[in-house]
Amino acid sequence: MKEYTQQINFTDELKARIRELISRYPAEHKKSALLPVLHAVQDAHDNWLSVPLMDKVAEILEIKPIEVYEVVTFYTMYNQKPMGKYMLEFCRTTCCAIQRGEDLMEYTCNKLGIKPGETTPDGMFSVVGVECLGACGYGPMLQLGDYYHEHLTEEKIDALLEDCRQGKVNLH
Amino acid sequence: MATKILFEKLDIPGIETYEVYRKNGGYTSVEKALKTMSPDEVTEQVKLSGIRGRGGAGFPMGMKWSFIDKASGKPRHLVVNADESEPGTYKDRFLMHHIPHLLIEGAIVASYALGANLSYIYIRGEYMWIYKILEKALAEAYDNGWLGKNILGSGFDLDLHVHCGAGAYVCGEETALLESLEGKRGNPRMKPPFPAVSGVWAEPTVVNNVESISSVSWIVNHGGEAYANVGIGKSTGTKLICASGHIKNPGVYEVEMGMPVEEFFYSDEYLGGMIDDRPLKAVIPGGASMQILPTQYIFKTANGDPRLMSYESWADGGKLTGSGLGSGGFMVFNDTVCIVRNTWNISRFFHHESCGQCTPCREGTGWMEKILYRIENGLGREEDINILYDIQSQIEGNTICPLGDAASWPVAAAIHHFREEFEYHVRFPEKVKNKDHFRNEPMDKVRHLINSMAVS
Ligand SMILES: Cc1cc2nc3c(=O)[nH]c(=O)nc-3n(C[C@H](O)[C@H](O)[C@H](O)COP(=O)(O)O)c2cc1C
Ligand code: SF4
Ligand code: FES
Repeated sequence: MKEYTQQINFTDELKARIRELISRYPAEHKKSALLPVLHAVQDAHDNWLSVPLMDKVAEILEIKPIEVYEVVTFYTMYNQKPMGKYMLEFCRTTCCAIQRGEDLMEYTCNKLGIKPGETTPDGMFSVVGVECLGACGYGPMLQLGDYYHEHLTEEKIDALLEDCRQGKVNLH
Repeated sequence: MATKILFEKLDIPGIETYEVYRKNGGYTSVEKALKTMSPDEVTEQVKLSGIRGRGGAGFPMGMKWSFIDKASGKPRHLVVNADESEPGTYKDRFLMHHIPHLLIEGAIVASYALGANLSYIYIRGEYMWIYKILEKALAEAYDNGWLGKNILGSGFDLDLHVHCGAGAYVCGEETALLESLEGKRGNPRMKPPFPAVSGVWAEPTVVNNVESISSVSWIVNHGGEAYANVGIGKSTGTKLICASGHIKNPGVYEVEMGMPVEEFFYSDEYLGGMIDDRPLKAVIPGGASMQILPTQYIFKTANGDPRLMSYESWADGGKLTGSGLGSGGFMVFNDTVCIVRNTWNISRFFHHESCGQCTPCREGTGWMEKILYRIENGLGREEDINILYDIQSQIEGNTICPLGDAASWPVAAAIHHFREEFEYHVRFPEKVKNKDHFRNEPMDKVRHLINSMAVS
């Protein structure tokens, strides 16, 4: 497997956010903050979690590194390798599937020259198939960062990719 | 005018903000409960209302609250289940997005009734922007004295926080959710002990769905009896139905329990009928875990009574000709939909989401996915259909959590009602190689092929 290295940087802002998250749980149950803390840490580190970064989280929450690995490998939203700057997550479940969601994911992959799960060589885009995102009445849809893009068409995807290239899309 | 309980104030401009919500009677149920009612009196009203949990299982909410272990003296908790991942379901997101304070208000009153001083809203990680809406709304509730110490001078303290998951359907199952809230993998726990005795951090906990908790304020304001007067029989109140698929008006609707399905389906106020006037083929009425129903059992039960929007009516006929209201994820399919492909898609979903603790679920869901894939792609064998039946029957009832059942019922129902489509796939592999086969040539056009062939 290819090795990737990651720049680790706990800014003051991130540290303050982590402190706030930890304060939501009783002091003796600091571990409870693990999932939200991992989200905050991943968001601040180019959307993925390397082993040294996970170890750092373990240290902050005073738990064993294995307890962090267990969680990171269980939940689909934590990435263990670098992803594209813009990660397009297509819903592939029932209601989106019957509304041509699969075709649109294929369209996007062809356009970008990648397969589902892959990232473009310039590191700009990844395409991923995910399960129902709770937008079933507004499908087909995809998630990009914190936001949903619904009622997708080829034209909408073209415009979205273009906006990403021009830096016009907010992820958080 | 149909009674609106959850959507009563939805149309008020700005209702998502604290100021407008408060000006329009928001948080009065907290005032009423904390100033004039004991915790047990609140629980009593919820019991009287007859409301059943809206997360899918339909367990009476007041009864669940009365099970919470107060005697042990351990800290107690309310955990709101906002994991909403059942395919077809998006009502909780809708409520939290458009009227977030309704959930917070309900959670305060519920926590008061349970004697919980530390409660959580567990939201799925993908709903990150809703998570942020809730964080903001919670901060407003703290700033205005609805949360924190000695609320309204009543002596009741409550901290309410939002916690996020990270992508795992199984975390909607209440014990997996509690594991996840403790910072662990979402593996469901063996029951008993039930969460009401040993929940988060082994402390007594009640888990309720967003829609359930959002109904509490209305119940307290108007009284349990008024709530029970809405609806039909043991299905009291209203239910949010989220409709998707081939209908004119997809969206989230609040319907009074007992409304005829036919009215819901065809009236312009609701779904408005089929889009593009293509024929209706099937409906899954309550999320992907529920059984699919063919046309003849959607608007009428097996003995010819009108099918109603209620727990009892959808379940009428049991597993053979009935289904379930479930989470309210109402999915409509026209004649271009391939039931085999759809069932494969749902099996793939459950296989992907199985936590892997129980062998029947971990292995069985994978086998079903593989077999369905092969049938759908024209590589199936006649005996595959019965193998599928066999696998699903061996998962059912043999697992720690209900995900195993949820994965097996849709397969059984699909074969039971649409066996001819499975046979068509097996016998005419060339015809199904293209995944859009029914888009180009619906079942009605090819049925004669099966009938003309001797059944082995
Ligand atoms: C696999 C599985 C997934 C579930 N997902 C959810 C969910 O996303 N939201 C929910 O409220 N309940 C879900 N439930 C039901 C919960 O276990 C629990 O019954 C419910 O949260 C209780 O709340 P209620 O009584 O208010 O419905 C799920 C159950 C299972 C077995
Ligand atoms: S039934 Fe499936 S999801 Fe539930 S505990 Fe067993 S393996 Fe996990
Ligand atoms: S099926 Fe795609 S969002 Fe639910």
